[in-house]
Amino acid sequence: MGLTLAEKILSMRMGKKVRAGDVVISPVDYAAAQDGTGPLTIRVMEEQLGVKSVFEPGRVIFFLDHAAPAPRKELANDHKFIKQFGKEVGCIVSREGEGIIHQRLVEDFVSPGDIIVGADSHTCTSGALAAFATGMGSTDIAVAMAYGKTWFRVPETIRIEASGELPFGVFPKDLMLYIIGKLTAEGATYKALEFQGETIRNLTQESRFTLSNMAVEAGAKVGLIESDDATRRYLKEMGREGKYKEIKADEGASYESIMYIDSEDLVPSLAAPHFVDNYRTIDQLEGLKVDQVFIGTCTNGRFEDLLVAATILKGKKVDPNVKFIVGPASRKVLEKAVKESLIDISIKAGAVIIPPGCGPCAGVHAGVPSDGEVVVSTQNRNFRGRMGNPNSEIYLASPATAAATAIKGEIADPREFLPEDFKVKIVS
Amino acid sequence: MKIKGRAWKFGDGVSTDDIAPGRYFYLRSQPKELAKHAFEDLRPDFAKNAKPGDIVVGGRNFGQGSSREHAPLIIKLNGVGAIIAKSVARIFFRNAINLGLPMIIVDTDRINDCDEIEIDLKEGIVEDLTKKFKLEAKPLPEAMLKILRDGGLVPHVKKHGSFTL
Ligand code: SF4
Repeated sequence: MGLTLAEKILSMRMGKKVRAGDVVISPVDYAAAQDGTGPLTIRVMEEQLGVKSVFEPGRVIFFLDHAAPAPRKELANDHKFIKQFGKEVGCIVSREGEGIIHQRLVEDFVSPGDIIVGADSHTCTSGALAAFATGMGSTDIAVAMAYGKTWFRVPETIRIEASGELPFGVFPKDLMLYIIGKLTAEGATYKALEFQGETIRNLTQESRFTLSNMAVEAGAKVGLIESDDATRRYLKEMGREGKYKEIKADEGASYESIMYIDSEDLVPSLAAPHFVDNYRTIDQLEGLKVDQVFIGTCTNGRFEDLLVAATILKGKKVDPNVKFIVGPASRKVLEKAVKESLIDISIKAGAVIIPPGCGPCAGVHAGVPSDGEVVVSTQNRNFRGRMGNPNSEIYLASPATAAATAIKGEIADPREFLPEDFKVKIVS
Repeated sequence: MKIKGRAWKFGDGVSTDDIAPGRYFYLRSQPKELAKHAFEDLRPDFAKNAKPGDIVVGGRNFGQGSSREHAPLIIKLNGVGAIIAKSVARIFFRNAINLGLPMIIVDTDRINDCDEIEIDLKEGIVEDLTKKFKLEAKPLPEAMLKILRDGGLVPHVKKHGSFTL
């Protein structure tokens, strides 16, 4: 019997065949943490495990992204603490303004077949590079950083089989919100999601990250996508073509279930407050007044996302009542967006450009909504209080829907704003 | 081992933002201070009134959301002896067990707020002493049971020199 993608990657890395249900003690290729989870990770290593070194300094990375540059002295001190530890053990510290952990990981570190663990739930983003990547807490990551190992139960897999092309104005974010709505927020708990089918094969590597990123919103451990030419081109652009490996699931692999989606039926979609599986189609929410729009995050803060937004924003002004915030996911994204004039277009439309990083996504800084405000964001979660104020309401949407909404000042259908012949066609 | 205390009943889908709100991110290096804000938006009285041995009772998908270990940590710092829920999010589950905080899966529908609850960890029995009924918990996966028995992940790897699962 064949292997699912999850079984395949783990088997390759373990050097023996493993199956869903097996418990494995696996080597890790990268262990990562961010500025919110990092200090505790370091304290667990130093104070509880009593270690003063990491398993391999080039494979242990801390990212200063959630609250960087620091908005308060306590957070500035946390950053300093992480940098100091980095100096002592020689590991990598990705500093303020370099970008979000998951974006940085796929840009500069992760290759197909790798095992990645990170003290951040969206570590599953790297699954789009056919890497077994999952989020854990600080203690698990402390042990992984110290010993270079972790334990997994090999997950059963739910296969998402998406056929057809995404229609005009519909993006991977819409597809993923639909999937989560169907699966529910706990429908894939402890499981792997494997995204397959013509729709996925036709997506650029950048847009695949949006799918894997949100796997955890259905409870999944990993969200995996096979590597192919799009993956190779992406790695090449990132200067790591030599790391490309083709990894596919076997024919006849055994899936716990298969969810069939006809992508042609999809429409622009949102998740309504306060749960990610609170799925809505655009017609159910069109016209709702909005106070803030945020385009960015590890879900939708990549170059392609800013390009789609800029296509809509070009030559327009956002509604004067809307706070409009744009946050590139990394310095690399920002550089490219500057070069291609996307930032210029966004600024002229009325955007506040914030430094590469998480921005207001985790509720720490750079755009905390006020009481009663309605926010449309391209992030991945809309839990009560997520953006720092429990008395605000967050709707999740694609960058296209977000940009259209910013212009109208109310939830708007991006199909009204996109040029008729618009299609995401970008190499990589 | 038995744990006995008052039930703090919560609904379905309690997120890590409900447990450890992101707006207190700056207190993450001061867990005792952060613990004063546990469940603040759902139960403002929780941190003030929780007593050692009390039991947090959740519904479905308890602890969904972020990987912040501060969520189970500040529940533990408030003296809570165990969490019981109908189902639990994956990362939260691992985190609680890693901290040596028992996380028990059982149908919590019939338990009300303030009920007196006793948990027999060894037998996997949850008893509602107020309403006088017993529930049988879903057994923990073997690997997690081993970690929990050792008192958490750090004691586990220290005891065995690595994972022994
Ligand atoms: S952008 Fe948001 S979801 Fe992504 S890592 Fe940052 S805080 Fe987490």
